[in-house]
Amino acid sequence: MAFFSCRGCWNERPDAYHAMSELAHATLARLGTMLDRREVSAVELATLYLDRIERHRGLNAFLDVRPEQTLAQARTADQRRARGETGALLGVPIAHKDVFVTRDWHTTASSRILEGYASPFDATVVDELARAGMVCLGKLNCDEFAMGSSNENSAYGKVRNPWDRDAVPGGSSGGSAAAVAARLAPIASATDTGGSIREPASFSGVTGTKPTYGRPSRWGMIAFASSLDTAGLLTCTAQDCALAFNAMLGFDPKDSTSVDRPKEDFTRSLALDLSDLRIGVPTEFFAAGLEPEVDAAVRAALREYEALGAELVDVSLPNAALGIPVYYVVASAEASSNLSRFDGVRYGFRAKQYDDLVDMMCKTRAQGFGAEVKRRVLVGTYVLSHGYYDAYFLQASRVRRIIADEFQRAFKRCDVIAGPVTSGVAFGFGEKSADPVAMYLADLYTVPSSLAGIPAMSIPCGFGRLGRPIGLQLMANHFDEARMLGVAHRYQCATDWHARVPRGY
Amino acid sequence: MSLKLADVHRIAHLARIEITDAQAQETAKQLNDILALIERIARVDTAGIVPMSHPLDGVQRLRPDAVTEIPDRERTMSNAPAQRDGLFLVPRVLE
Repeated sequence: MAFFSCRGCWNERPDAYHAMSELAHATLARLGTMLDRREVSAVELATLYLDRIERHRGLNAFLDVRPEQTLAQARTADQRRARGETGALLGVPIAHKDVFVTRDWHTTASSRILEGYASPFDATVVDELARAGMVCLGKLNCDEFAMGSSNENSAYGKVRNPWDRDAVPGGSSGGSAAAVAARLAPIASATDTGGSIREPASFSGVTGTKPTYGRPSRWGMIAFASSLDTAGLLTCTAQDCALAFNAMLGFDPKDSTSVDRPKEDFTRSLALDLSDLRIGVPTEFFAAGLEPEVDAAVRAALREYEALGAELVDVSLPNAALGIPVYYVVASAEASSNLSRFDGVRYGFRAKQYDDLVDMMCKTRAQGFGAEVKRRVLVGTYVLSHGYYDAYFLQASRVRRIIADEFQRAFKRCDVIAGPVTSGVAFGFGEKSADPVAMYLADLYTVPSSLAGIPAMSIPCGFGRLGRPIGLQLMANHFDEARMLGVAHRYQCATDWHARVPRGY
Repeated sequence: MSLKLADVHRIAHLARIEITDAQAQETAKQLNDILALIERIARVDTAGIVPMSHPLDGVQRLRPDAVTEIPDRERTMSNAPAQRDGLFLVPRVLE
């Protein structure tokens, strides 16, 4: 049998390989149990996933893979277990979105301007998960500086959707979503600024969770829009997310916007009784333009919750549709400021020919940034420029509060809010890339909760047009992740959408 | 209002991004589309509403002004496009 990368003995025996393929479909929770029982070692798991990454390179989900570093971490995890250490994550592999800086893998944020960048330190999120024993498989492709909804804005090529190679995986965390969907990793880190975890989770048929703003550390996460950027996870299940959040979320003195709260157990509400639960359904999330299959799948999921005992209540978020214009003022303004550090002086790419210092910076940024990044930096520069700051930036910041306050009013009537993640299933390559505004509108239903800083997630709830996955969005109030994950987990106990794996993986 | 070619050149210079006339034409159209989308917030009555700059209304936390870690200078400098004697090199700015 000619597998092109044979690192483990199972590769030589197709029947044994089949068993290993099933192992790769296991949840993080199951892998942790198997490691605990010594049914598999961390080195065997790392080898298994490295083989799958190599075999499915065509997805272009990974940007940097270094088997020797991964295996060294896996050996350390096995040694820790041999010494008697335990832990749900100890020895379980993870892959990181390329916006988290890592010492042992290059970090580019999928931008040419950071090609080959070797960080002197690890991001806090990477560090916390490594301390819990997670083994890093490598770095994941994404939209450049996390700006995009299709992963087509990467300087290192598009990522394919494992469910349909003609479809985008979503963005900006497209590599993270594709990797988990294809089971090239049981879990992947990601970031969400306006929907960059939930939209790809929905498009790629996996579970994607953004916690409350300020809960995960932003230290070492390459900044896009600092008042919105939130680290989160792509996983196979809500339970897996809860297990990893226990290690990943917590106060970080190195992040000035980190929220100082005690650690909590995010698995504590997985056995939640839904008979006391009120689910708010915002009428504005079922507006014209929603694909009928998405509408039907989301409504079926809501009926499933009713069958499980929950009560549905209508809520209203009248200004949610203004989330998109508010977002493109606030996020672009913050991006223009954050990305000023890329000037060709201290790190990264520098233009080859230039006249003087300013010309060097102008040419470096013109050649180093992709089209979408430049557009947003220009929009941000304009809305912050003299004479326009009040009309654009301050006005957007005020409307942002109106949207956030509407969520608070809604949460007086319900415990969680549910609705679609996107108005349609994954679109095809090139379908929206020529029209920035059409691409921006893909985030219509994800941006409002980002602006409010509340936790939100997408869980698989069916398939729509062309057999492409559909996600159900759940949103909860600030610091109510545990309950939101419990609500998702109850659905995943009653349905099997989340357990489907695309054919060929 | 709609951005003219000269506006795009001015903004691009403020953002330190070189732009050709041909690129500025295309960019003007795209930026005007985006600004048309953004204009929708102008109609909202926001009298008396405090701008929201942090989702939890957090304020900048300060820490004691003390050395907490020593950067790895060699590794940090290894990313520099041009350097000499541990210093970043840029084109001459003073004659």
